[in-house]
Amino acid sequence: MNLKGKDIISIRDLTKKDIEYILKTAEKMEKSSDRPLKGKILSCMFFEPSTRTRLSFSTAMERMGGDVIGFASKETTSVAKGESLKDTIKTVENYCDVIVIRHPKEGASRLAADVSKIPVINAGDGSNQHPTQTLLDLYTIKKEKNRLDINIALIGDLKYGRTVHSLVYALAMWDAKITLVSPEGLEMPREVLGDLNRFNAKINETDDIETAISNSDVLYVTRIQEERFPDPGEYEKIKGAYRITLDTLKHAKKDLIILHPLPRVDEIAQEVDDSPYARYFEQVNNGVPVRMAVLGLVLGGVR
Amino acid sequence: MKDIRVKRIKNGTVIDHITGGQAFNVLKIMGLRKEYPRTTLTVAMNVPSKKLGFKDIVKVEGKEIKKEEVDKIALIAPDTTINIIREHEVIKKEKVNIPARLEGVLRCANPNCITRFEDATSKFIVEEKCPIKLRCSYCERVMSDKDIVRQF
Repeated sequence: MNLKGKDIISIRDLTKKDIEYILKTAEKMEKSSDRPLKGKILSCMFFEPSTRTRLSFSTAMERMGGDVIGFASKETTSVAKGESLKDTIKTVENYCDVIVIRHPKEGASRLAADVSKIPVINAGDGSNQHPTQTLLDLYTIKKEKNRLDINIALIGDLKYGRTVHSLVYALAMWDAKITLVSPEGLEMPREVLGDLNRFNAKINETDDIETAISNSDVLYVTRIQEERFPDPGEYEKIKGAYRITLDTLKHAKKDLIILHPLPRVDEIAQEVDDSPYARYFEQVNNGVPVRMAVLGLVLGGVR
Repeated sequence: MKDIRVKRIKNGTVIDHITGGQAFNVLKIMGLRKEYPRTTLTVAMNVPSKKLGFKDIVKVEGKEIKKEEVDKIALIAPDTTINIIREHEVIKKEKVNIPARLEGVLRCANPNCITRFEDATSKFIVEEKCPIKLRCSYCERVMSDKDIVRQF
């Protein structure tokens, strides 16, 4: 398989084989101390805030011997003077070998890839896609469970969270059993579910958190965003009902693992951090080998 | 009762087998309500049809339909046939066809799509033809017939 020169924009562009190949390469990256990207330059173009994604891409590039340039907010660039995204890309591509981009508008990364001569990796385009997050979620599940045809419950805001949309799409390729639990009004969009019909995944929606948890191998929790609720009282009520505590986990399988794309507010109580279930910080750690794999493959430094 | 005979058109377009009820959207697509308000038109709606159950027919005097208009009509009335008339003769007859991809024909319905902000040609992949389902190649949002009709 050859991903050299390829853009990584959406999980929908990747086949099951591509994903397996990336995950296998990530595994190799964990043990490798080679510097196959020496002399290569990554440009991180972040038009929107990020902690984990930007830093882990930078770490990944530097661990492989490459260098990183870029910006962390549009205020420090000519975009603030009104320069278009297209012109910005046509400029930046002259300084580097690969671009990682995060942008608040959906489709911005695809447009950047259309314009650019060098590979573009999407690090989040509005509420649309964030493929390396999905890859690292899959990598974490595979590493912990040794398979992807798992029973998974996704809990929280399933409407706006871009990570859950691409994660269910990817897991559906492995025929996972997916249970969705969300407050009224924040359910998984119908069009995302309709899209899964092409696979044999079993999808079930419920509001019974405890049963959903007790049947699951993996619990994936997302933040419920306060700004989505016009009534603060309603938000408080929902927040309480969807909070994961040791008590909500009392009927969980012994080997359940809990993941969260972070940042977390308080949807997982801190007491859970020390329980045998918590894996969200390991998940963060896995961002580095997965991004090393992606950078190495698109730049042709690893095969 | 006297039969009302519709005069054959001399030059123009006969649009037949339009999905019942879509005639007004066809007029909108062809700009016949705003850009060309004085065009002589014959509109028949909900005419019984063996194939479609009910169909609409639009006859336009003095205007030949454009390719981009045919592409748009295909999206809302996939069985439509187009007849181009010159000097009372049908010189061209074709069935509309929904292409696999659409470029520049429509605007993405997602207000946060990058194509609304940058100078970029819209691109859609036709995922389903009936009912129509288009996916924006940029923001990946799906547009249904309702989103499409709103643009005409």
